[in-house]
Amino acid sequence: MTNSISEIKDADCILVTGSNTTEAHPIIALEIKKAVKKGAKLIVIDPRRIELSKIAILHLQQIPGTDVAWLNGMMRVIIEENLHDKNFINNHCEDFELLKEAVYEQSLEDIEKITGINSSDIKEAAILFAKADKSTILYSMGITQHTTGTDNVLSIANLAMLTGNIGKESTGVNPLRGQNNVQGACDMGALPNVFPGYQKVTDHDLRNKFEEAWNVSLSNKVGLTVTEMMKEAATSSLRALYIMGENPMLSDPDINHVEESLKSLEFLIVQDIFLTETAKLAHIVLPGVSFAEKDGTFTNTERRVQRVRKAINPLGYSLPDWKIIRNISNALGYPMRYNSSYDIMEEIRYLIPSYAGITYERIDNFGLQWPCKNIDDPGTKFLHKDKFVRGKGKFHSVKYIPAQEAPDEKYPFIFTTGRMLYHYHTGSMSRKAKGLDEICPQGYVEISLEDSQELNISEGGEVKISSRRGQISTMVKINQGLRKGVVFMPFHFVECAANTLTNPALDPKSKIPELKVAAVNIEKF
Amino acid sequence: MEIIKINIDNQQVQVPKGTTILKAAEIAGIEIPNLCFHKRLNPNSVCRVCVVEVKGESSLVSSCSYTIEKELTIYTDNERVKTARKLVLELIMSTHPNDCLLCENNGSCKLQDYAYQYEVEVFKFTRERPKYNIDKSNPFIIRDYNKCILCGRCVSICHQEQCSDIINYTHRGFDTKVSTYFDRGLEESSCAFCGQCVSVCPTGALSEKVAKGKARSWELKKVNTICPYCGCGCSIDLNVKDNQVIKVTSPENESINNGNLCVKGRFGFDFINHPERLKSPLLKDKNGNFKEISWHEAITTIASKLREIKDNYGSNAIAGLSSAKCTNEENYVFQKFMRAAIGTNNIDHCARL
Ligand code: SF4
Ligand code: SF4
Ligand code: SF4
Repeated sequence: MTNSISEIKDADCILVTGSNTTEAHPIIALEIKKAVKKGAKLIVIDPRRIELSKIAILHLQQIPGTDVAWLNGMMRVIIEENLHDKNFINNHCEDFELLKEAVYEQSLEDIEKITGINSSDIKEAAILFAKADKSTILYSMGITQHTTGTDNVLSIANLAMLTGNIGKESTGVNPLRGQNNVQGACDMGALPNVFPGYQKVTDHDLRNKFEEAWNVSLSNKVGLTVTEMMKEAATSSLRALYIMGENPMLSDPDINHVEESLKSLEFLIVQDIFLTETAKLAHIVLPGVSFAEKDGTFTNTERRVQRVRKAINPLGYSLPDWKIIRNISNALGYPMRYNSSYDIMEEIRYLIPSYAGITYERIDNFGLQWPCKNIDDPGTKFLHKDKFVRGKGKFHSVKYIPAQEAPDEKYPFIFTTGRMLYHYHTGSMSRKAKGLDEICPQGYVEISLEDSQELNISEGGEVKISSRRGQISTMVKINQGLRKGVVFMPFHFVECAANTLTNPALDPKSKIPELKVAAVNIEKF
Repeated sequence: MEIIKINIDNQQVQVPKGTTILKAAEIAGIEIPNLCFHKRLNPNSVCRVCVVEVKGESSLVSSCSYTIEKELTIYTDNERVKTARKLVLELIMSTHPNDCLLCENNGSCKLQDYAYQYEVEVFKFTRERPKYNIDKSNPFIIRDYNKCILCGRCVSICHQEQCSDIINYTHRGFDTKVSTYFDRGLEESSCAFCGQCVSVCPTGALSEKVAKGKARSWELKKVNTICPYCGCGCSIDLNVKDNQVIKVTSPENESINNGNLCVKGRFGFDFINHPERLKSPLLKDKNGNFKEISWHEAITTIASKLREIKDNYGSNAIAGLSSAKCTNEENYVFQKFMRAAIGTNNIDHCARL
């Protein structure tokens, strides 16, 4: 997030898109609700009717995969109505002409056809957003998990810059990160192209810095992403995989392919707290510990680095993950000498400039938000204050590109996936929590009332869903507020794993798979 | 901001105009007992336990809602106040079940503490109130309205913080009760099971189902940490006894969630001590069955196999998947391991999933 969670309640207009906030980020949803109580205008743009739609002034239901189109539509209206923030654009941004050209490419009528949203609604949303003093955009995987995910995000940034809603309190471009420490994992360089702190592996000087600190020579070749790893494993150019605390057998697209890939590996190490679907395929399984058994830090979605504390001793012979890795590294002949998570944090601070001021002592009571450059730096509540981090905010020319798979005769429905309140990610934790599994013991597919009538299926009935990649069966929930032709399924359940059906096609830049749009067929069981 | 001088229990204190007496007392280091007031909520002024004497006022006033507008002399603990407070407590106790011995809240109950402090005569009055069935119908919250003192905190927090109106007062007089629409179970309402109501209940009327019978409050050690269930990063307290997490409570420290939690954060922790947790390294044998091995065997097997693959096919034949569920420190060490020990940038995690 460019801005902070506590700023949301003071916004005048909130645009929520691709995020079912009350279920996936419940505490952030409370801030949205408080803002609305104080008079903020809430615009929800989501194919499903979600709880927030009830308190929204506008709920626009786009056809999944058409986000660039409605975003460009909104920007076109804003420019035509002369509501863009000319001062901000002149002083802080560049390439406005490129943006203008791109958004003028399609008429509102075309956009209405593409997105399925009435042009008058797009117009109303645009005007509300542009006229409000402080407008903020909150989004999540509904925006990013597309083959055009990067374009969607750039388009959102365009909208924020166009209206001067960045670098000020209660505004900004605010991705809500799904997993508890996805922000931290990225910050720490658990990515194939960057060292910790987003320092590029291809940059000679930066690589030198890490080579010196780690006393070893390092590769300058960008590595493989998860989805690429699965492809290479299937062709045996990848031989060994070490998986720590992840369960690609449920979280990754096209599970049948993932299974095949993992099975063709010569050596698979899985480190986890349960024998997950992925661990079952491993040659060797290592017992890690839960968050309650270790010290360390998590970085939340507003860049706040917070202390995780050990509450109980590791169960059985399980060990904190860092100790296991340290021991393997020592056995391989690359010595690691950490005795505690504290020692590791000290090294992190030394190598990541934006973490330099973050010490365990300073975050003992409440975490600090990076960038936090030295011991006296109070941290950063919102980014791009007074000036963009890169100098000028760059407008990108983003044009609408359709999703990879469109519904056709054989697969006439658009299938989209997401999260729900009672479960988390692949369910390896939440489904082992008694209360949560009791209140929500099984997966389901949401379909619209009209579709359910046409297919002659009632609530609770069983259906078979198939895509080009596989098929599953599950129970039907009728969602009266869903768009006709769109079906939704949470991905937490192994018995009916939604990712058996999803499309592994990738965004060319971010390498994110298109989990939000696949073509499927539905039949009564 | 206008500053006003007040005299509170013979202490001179200066407070901003509009401060409540309860707050002013806190500034002066004086604790005024209260049941219905909660610092995160607007005052309900219903319990009358926080009454104090203000010189010049004919009756005692509720300190939680009385604001200081002019110079005042206040007595928070004189005989008149103490007698009134005791009477209020005795009236509350007259309808209370008095089964502290078995109550989940025993030892962390404000009502119990004050009854003790004010030496209340528990059976001084006898009043009849309807007997309620204990509601255990949902998986998370036990509701025993026989113990409810109608302080209204649960109703306020559901409304003010959770922005829901799942529960409210129904009926009148002795029949007054907190309930959902039509007095159905919470599971039949749109309750989100955030448990905010449980967190503020001053008595044992609302309690966590998972923790029932597992620990007395004084046996629990609280450890402050961060919820592992989403990117919000809420602050939680793990309540621990005998190496088991018994329940999660909302801490008082500064945090992004100000004491609020959602159902996963508050009630989703029992995976921690789950019997299926992996407790030893496992090696798959020729028949595809796992057998337990020692750490020594596990580490040497891994090291020799990785070395073999690296020697035969190069570093890039090896890849690592780190975890968005693990700590920063672990992610750091994992990527360093892949880059420095293995020699590849084949490192990723499911940020995109
Ligand atoms: S659990 Fe939350 S939503 Fe349900 S009644 Fe209590 S405060 Fe309200
Ligand atoms: S249930 Fe608890 S919080 Fe609610 S009114 Fe009764 S005593 Fe107060
Ligand atoms: S308590 Fe709920 S909202 Fe808070 S971090 Fe945990 S899962 Fe997220």
